Amino acid sequence: MARKSLGNIRRAFAPWADPAATPLVQFEAVTRRFGDITAVSDLTLALYPGEFHALLGPSGCGKTTLMRMLAGFETPDSGRILLEGQDLAGTPPHLRPTNMMFQSYALFPHMSVFDNIAFGLRQQGLAREAIAARVAEMLALVKLEGFAARRPDQLSGGQKQRVALARALARRPKVLLLDEPLGALDRKLREETQYELMDLQAELGLTFLMVTHDQDEAMAMADRISVMERGRIAQVGAPEEIYEMPANRYVAEFVGDINVFEGIVEEIKGEIIALGGPGGSMILDDPNPTVDLGQKVNVAIRPEKLSITLEEPPQPTNKVKGEIWDIGYLGDFTMVQVKLDGEAGQLVKVALPNRSRRAERPIAWEDRVWLSWDVEAGILLRG
Amino acid sequence: MNRLRTPHLLALVFGIAFLYLPILVLVLYSFNASRLVTVWGGFSTRWYAALLQNQALLDAAWLSLKVALVSASLATILGLLAALALARFGRFAGRTLFAGMIAAPLVMPEVITGLALLLLFVGLDAERGFWTVTFAHVTLTACFAAIVIQARLSTLDRSLEEAAQDLGATPLRVFFAITLPMIAPAILAGWLLAFTLSLDDLVLASFTSGPGATTLPMRIYSSVRLGVTPEINAASTLLIGLVATVVVLASLLIKRDALARD
Repeated sequence: MARKSLGNIRRAFAPWADPAATPLVQFEAVTRRFGDITAVSDLTLALYPGEFHALLGPSGCGKTTLMRMLAGFETPDSGRILLEGQDLAGTPPHLRPTNMMFQSYALFPHMSVFDNIAFGLRQQGLAREAIAARVAEMLALVKLEGFAARRPDQLSGGQKQRVALARALARRPKVLLLDEPLGALDRKLREETQYELMDLQAELGLTFLMVTHDQDEAMAMADRISVMERGRIAQVGAPEEIYEMPANRYVAEFVGDINVFEGIVEEIKGEIIALGGPGGSMILDDPNPTVDLGQKVNVAIRPEKLSITLEEPPQPTNKVKGEIWDIGYLGDFTMVQVKLDGEAGQLVKVALPNRSRRAERPIAWEDRVWLSWDVEAGILLRG
Repeated sequence: MNRLRTPHLLALVFGIAFLYLPILVLVLYSFNASRLVTVWGGFSTRWYAALLQNQALLDAAWLSLKVALVSASLATILGLLAALALARFGRFAGRTLFAGMIAAPLVMPEVITGLALLLLFVGLDAERGFWTVTFAHVTLTACFAAIVIQARLSTLDRSLEEAAQDLGATPLRVFFAITLPMIAPAILAGWLLAFTLSLDDLVLASFTSGPGATTLPMRIYSSVRLGVTPEINAASTLLIGLVATVVVLASLLIKRDALARD
């Protein structure tokens, strides 16, 4: 097959693609209102055993409410939530086989680290020795051996986060709920912890449901991401799908940077669409061209998919002319803003990786340049 | 902190003197060797010794202490329940009315409350004495306990209770294992406030007490009508000392608890 697809980067783990797989958690047409505000609106989603799922969205999109409904702290106004096929309605939080790591960690300040981790085990009525053994195992898991006697106020932020994680994992929940798990950590620690969490999840084979507003966090950690918008799911998919094949403009803009070009459909040939636009003509490759001739559409192009050249590129289409407007050096790459020729003077972002340390700057302010891109780079935005 | 400038300092000194000079004079004269209240006859602790011989005064002090202990405990339990209802039950019907009615005794004239309670006890044909005074004090002090405890509950991180529930604790266990230890300082502070309010109450006790049940403030008040003796000064000084200690303790508790949470 000549056409490139996302298949080559799709992970081996994809039970959601298998119609025979049984989901662990099912949200079925779940709605939750607070007064006039609909926090979660007719939402359906299935989580599979062993999946690391991220609910991604801005604050107020309903992601936390959705998770709290699974934990039992909120009750759906309508719809069902199933765990292993069992309807959870009427099951109070303390009887649900889920555990949650709270954003504030919610460590009990009047208890030692040991007692914090043992709290859930004591509710199960485990024997003293069994509890001690499990707490020791959990402390080893989060690399906090020797901290059992400390009080929460004697721990650093990162250590508190680990204790909270150990406490939530101690009861071996069927689903671990993570509410902004890395939100309170500084950048360096966040990256480390991110990979530790992923390792832990893979090692324990647990199902994780994470709420986050940070797209990098969701992209790096999750098997699948649900991008949420005002109580609904805008798109569910693997990070690559969300980024490279956003379902609509909201998803494209929320996850990563985009440039949007307007165009009018002039020709449709199989999966290839030809557009005429203010900057010139474009050709793009769309697997599902549900557009009509003459229709006005938006095409999104990620900044790193654009090339800058001083000479006019040989290709007949997918190129525009402009002037360097701004250059922002960001270390790992340089973000260049190019002002396109024409009345609108649209600003386009281009990301240039800084591959070598002392490259001659090929471009400078006010240079006249050409931007060009591949046939596959353009994303046809619907809605 | 800003440095105090002269006018501010003057105002402060005047204000404090206005509030505390009469008490200071009373305390000083309790150490007066002379029997005459207005003439300083040298330092002496004889009136404190004489106090120990005054059985009527000692009985009154003991009664006051018992009333304060029992009424403060009852008031704290009631106050805790009211505070929980206000802070944890969400927006139930009649919540605003309930909140207002809990705070009402704060501003209700004590004479009115006292009269109303007297009429109630007479109507119920209750024998007036220890229990009537105690219940009267509960009606006065429960609101103070409720307000102190509710203030703490409203700042308590809800996710602590949710975390405990999430880890398998029943609501009752959450209350005893998490909520109660977290708000314990506020409960104690509320109890101490209720205790001191009961200890120095004269108005309610006068209305609701009966023969043979005279509290310390009542005894002091009736003695003063026969003439102020240095002995009464001594008794008052002890009472002031006790109340001051308890109030300072309560405010320290609240402050330390607030600091620990920062």
